Amino acid sequence: MTIRTARPDRVQHFRPRMHCLKKLEAMVVEMQDQKSGVKGSEQKLNVTTIPHVLTGKDIIAWIILTPLHLAPEAQTFSTMLVAYGYIYPLQNHKKLFFSAVWFLMISTAVILAIYLAKRNIRKKGMLEPYEQVHVEEEACRVVFDCQERAYWIVNKPRSETIMRSKVKSSVSLGALVKYVTTYKNHDPFLAPCLPSNPWQTDHDAYWTLNMRRVDLPTKMRVERWSFSLFELLSDLRGRDDFKIFLKKEFSGENLAFWEAAEELKWGTAASMTAKAETIFKTFLAPGAPRWINIDGRTMGLTVKGLDHPHRYVLEAAQTHVFLLMKKVRLLLDLLTLIYHPAQLEQNANSRSPGIHPIILWQQEEEEKAKAAAASAPVDVKAMMSKIDRKK
Amino acid sequence: MCDQTFVAATFGPCDSCGTASPLMNIYIKNEPINYCSFCMEVMACQGLQKGETLATLKKECESLKKKLEEDRGKLNDVELHQVAEKVEVVGALSIKTRRVLKGHTNKVLCMDWCKDKRRLVSSSQDGKVIVWDGFTLNKEHGMSMPTTWVMACAYAPSGCAVACGGLDNKCSVIPLSLDSNENCAAKKKTVAMHTNYISGCTFTNSDMQLLSCSGDGTSALWDVESGQLLQSFHGHTSDILSLDLAPSETGNTFVTGGCDKKANVWDMRSGQNIQSFECHESDINCVKYYPSGDAFASASDDATCRFFDLRADREVAVFQKDSIVFGASTVDFSLSGRLLFAGYNDYTINVWDVLKGTRISMMFGHENRVSRVRLSPDGTALCSASWDNTLRIWA
Repeated sequence: MTIRTARPDRVQHFRPRMHCLKKLEAMVVEMQDQKSGVKGSEQKLNVTTIPHVLTGKDIIAWIILTPLHLAPEAQTFSTMLVAYGYIYPLQNHKKLFFSAVWFLMISTAVILAIYLAKRNIRKKGMLEPYEQVHVEEEACRVVFDCQERAYWIVNKPRSETIMRSKVKSSVSLGALVKYVTTYKNHDPFLAPCLPSNPWQTDHDAYWTLNMRRVDLPTKMRVERWSFSLFELLSDLRGRDDFKIFLKKEFSGENLAFWEAAEELKWGTAASMTAKAETIFKTFLAPGAPRWINIDGRTMGLTVKGLDHPHRYVLEAAQTHVFLLMKKVRLLLDLLTLIYHPAQLEQNANSRSPGIHPIILWQQEEEEKAKAAAASAPVDVKAMMSKIDRKK
Repeated sequence: MCDQTFVAATFGPCDSCGTASPLMNIYIKNEPINYCSFCMEVMACQGLQKGETLATLKKECESLKKKLEEDRGKLNDVELHQVAEKVEVVGALSIKTRRVLKGHTNKVLCMDWCKDKRRLVSSSQDGKVIVWDGFTLNKEHGMSMPTTWVMACAYAPSGCAVACGGLDNKCSVIPLSLDSNENCAAKKKTVAMHTNYISGCTFTNSDMQLLSCSGDGTSALWDVESGQLLQSFHGHTSDILSLDLAPSETGNTFVTGGCDKKANVWDMRSGQNIQSFECHESDINCVKYYPSGDAFASASDDATCRFFDLRADREVAVFQKDSIVFGASTVDFSLSGRLLFAGYNDYTINVWDVLKGTRISMMFGHENRVSRVRLSPDGTALCSASWDNTLRIWA
């Protein structure tokens, strides 16, 4: 199925970016000022004399004198002036770099005159296409009118949006600042990462120490898990450790349900009904083997939604379970988990290729399949008949 | 907590057509109406109702907008730089180019990192998509697309596939194999189909779903296996140039920015436009969520980058300088969210302090426009793609 909209073809990348050109032109006009602009002179080139020629050095010096520009930016800015054609180099340079080269300033008035002259030459034979464009415009206008009406009807700001809860700036901005402060030491651009940043030293020890199946996770990694349940669950190693902990506390079904709901949300459309059924049988049906403990209203809504299973049918239940797990995590002092501080290792200087993600993915899929087979709900009747037959 | 009911996405028979599907709940003249997204569009295309003219609707819209602004103003009790006064200043950064990836024969338009923190995929105007191991500079796969200007590319979360799209109006998913001699492009599968160029694409939390945005003004969610359209999002009045998926725990929203100067936040479940921000003065080239998911930044042709707080529902910072005249084409945050890396059309990358609103440093090196900057998944490096045919990795 394709989406159709009745709008003319517009490719943004081909359209020149006009906004910055206004500012550029203002600068160029100032440069041409007789008294306060860049000083130019005449330059002989073969037979002709070219008026108003400037050196690159003079231009950069003038730019630095204006209140806005610093030395490094002056260079970049000047390169841009050449790139956009406001200044032409007298000799052909492949790299648009500024050096002590003579440049010719072409005023915008001169450019316009050249353009108009060229157009006059072409215009004599080109009136018809121009008229055709005009007719097309009329047709487009009618379409646009209808679109505008539709736009206003659909985009009436609904009373819902006005009533939606908004938070005070002090609260939300305070939360942003808190986030930055919490993660400050984990940001490799702000604090050194141990043992070293692989890109700076060519040692990939940092990556090997933080893989999923390491014996002991690093101290920084464990600290990050303590920031939020989302961090803990996003890091697969954290999720594994949390799973083991929950198993001991006999509340593993919550995490299992959460993972199953995630798979339903992000899985293929074809598998949805089958997945929804298995989830219902395993977690939600009264007397299910891994029944999750959620409030009556949410359970009612979810079961009703399962009549027409869609991707987000378990959203409410999943949120509830997530909050339950949050409370569990708060009770757990994660920092008591065994960890070892990352040690600097003196390895030979070699950029190893590491393990390819496809191989890791295949390993994980195999393990998932094994785990699914092991934890499938036991069919009591079949088991009993097996035992009877053995007898 | 036992007596809390959590909001469930409503599902049921549509009021007008009767088919069971996810419903959009809106209020028309204070009456709740539950339509499925298809009927909603049909209703929108029917003309004005009795007693309504274009002028009255416009007036109503203006008055509602004013009311929204008033409400927003009441919650605006403090500015970001005030809250950040006590935060210590960022020290001098020494960021250098650590790798230069050469191999494309034309402008590099887009790149994306793999979750393994070292591999990346890049796409270029010459129609080639290359998968690199950034650490060893090894080119692992090179694929030729049947179109030039491949403007969007994305790496799958599992690392087993890449998606790309551009002027062919389609977004295709290509599974990668361990055998580098195998022709990957042969197994290409077309997933997304739009009526104009693809400007951005990303996988959601799994390999099975793809989110795309296009020059036709719509974005859409697709099922990769069947190529089925799961949800489409309408609301932009011009080309959409960029999209980003929220990193939050629910992961149900995404933001888009386009040529109509608006940045819109969408709910993936219902297809509704939840929030809209119109503060830029020119096209928005790139949008990116803050790491916590509660805010996002945008880069625009008006030479500014702006920072929007989703919970306070307003713009909270503008990153601009009089000396910066050229448009910003791309932004990304550092891991903690303190630094904002912005790539500009004057070939430089500026590093901004998000909390204080000041520029910390500039990164020079590219010889043409910077088209994309992306932080690696563990925050150790920044990769920039440029129209000078190379990619650079900075750390």
